[in-house]
Amino acid sequence: MNKTWNNAAWLLVVPVFLLVAFSAIIPLMTVVNYAFLDIFGPGETYWVGTDWFRQVLASDDFQGALVRQLIFSGMVLLIEIPLGITVALAMPAKGWTASLALVLMALPLLIPWNVVGTIWQIYGRGDIGLMGWFVTRVLGLDYNYTADPLAAWITVLVMDVWHWTPLVVLLCYAGLRAIPDAFYQAAAIDGASKWKVFRYIQLPKLRGVLLIAVLLRFMDSFMIYTEPFVVTGGGPGNATTFLSQQLVKQALGQFDLGPAAAYSLVYFLIILLFSFVFYTAMSRIGQAE
Amino acid sequence: MENVPPFLVPLWTWLQGFQAPEALRWMNWTIPTALFFIAIGVMLLVMTLLELVWPTQERKGFWPMPTTRGDRLFIGLLGAAFLHLGWLGITDLPLWWASILALGWFTVEMRYG
Repeated sequence: MNKTWNNAAWLLVVPVFLLVAFSAIIPLMTVVNYAFLDIFGPGETYWVGTDWFRQVLASDDFQGALVRQLIFSGMVLLIEIPLGITVALAMPAKGWTASLALVLMALPLLIPWNVVGTIWQIYGRGDIGLMGWFVTRVLGLDYNYTADPLAAWITVLVMDVWHWTPLVVLLCYAGLRAIPDAFYQAAAIDGASKWKVFRYIQLPKLRGVLLIAVLLRFMDSFMIYTEPFVVTGGGPGNATTFLSQQLVKQALGQFDLGPAAAYSLVYFLIILLFSFVFYTAMSRIGQAE
Repeated sequence: MENVPPFLVPLWTWLQGFQAPEALRWMNWTIPTALFFIAIGVMLLVMTLLELVWPTQERKGFWPMPTTRGDRLFIGLLGAAFLHLGWLGITDLPLWWASILALGWFTVEMRYG
């Protein structure tokens, strides 16, 4: 246990620290400052105390968007994580089919967010979109994502599942390939069922990648902006207006920088809380095993 | 002003005389936010020094998981932030009452968390 501690290695962290300071910490400090000011222009600011926080917390817009956001992120996690694991388990392990499956899986991840939105906006249209046409004409369902809140919700959710489940799949696939063969051999000798192999070998070994997958998918879905903005514009009404869209409307649409700053701090604290709880819970499960 | 406890008003008035350096003025610094970040900075510094002098050991408190000193500081601060937000969201009473509550919570968390 004679590890050499080389403290000079800390110097290697300096570039990252500087980068994060300029890209995240200093802007965040500025946002904290803004949250307590009424801003009319550069140098024209008035101290308002905690008024913006009271206003944001009491507003129906914020509360509604928060509830929608929590439901959306919850559904994203509930669908994408199990689906991702299932697809990863079903994918071939070697040969050209494995390469083909990987490329097909990675394709949605390569498409920019706004293009994903445009694709689904057209794809879901009843007159010229393939899916919209199929659902309305062939299945005969009343599907119109611009008029019906439920249809809009399903469209945005399915779009997110299509766009981001591949990330979970690729992470799980990498995790599965990293399990040494000896584990499977031992399981075969013991005559373990497929379910037992999954429950006691594969799932515990996937914990690390699943932790990353859950955190990434939670944070990303909690910050979702572009796709619903392009597809539904937050509508019909504000059925698919999530937190970030409302924030942008407030900060850049109305230039209410003070209330928007207070809004983003509340938003930030909620993400921080959830990420901390997920991280702690999932790393604790690991220690128990 | 309504959020400043009465006994802090003289200190508050004195602090008003300070100004942010020219290069940082674009960040719209105010006395309370500056004090807030100075306090965070001091906390990080104290935690670093404490760690060097007296390395933390994980221990089990009232949380289901064992925590280090840093964990408890983080949970304490996060809890304090949500206490303040909750206070602002629920009541119209002065915010510094929530600060007193948060201080109590912070002490309990650091000691027993």
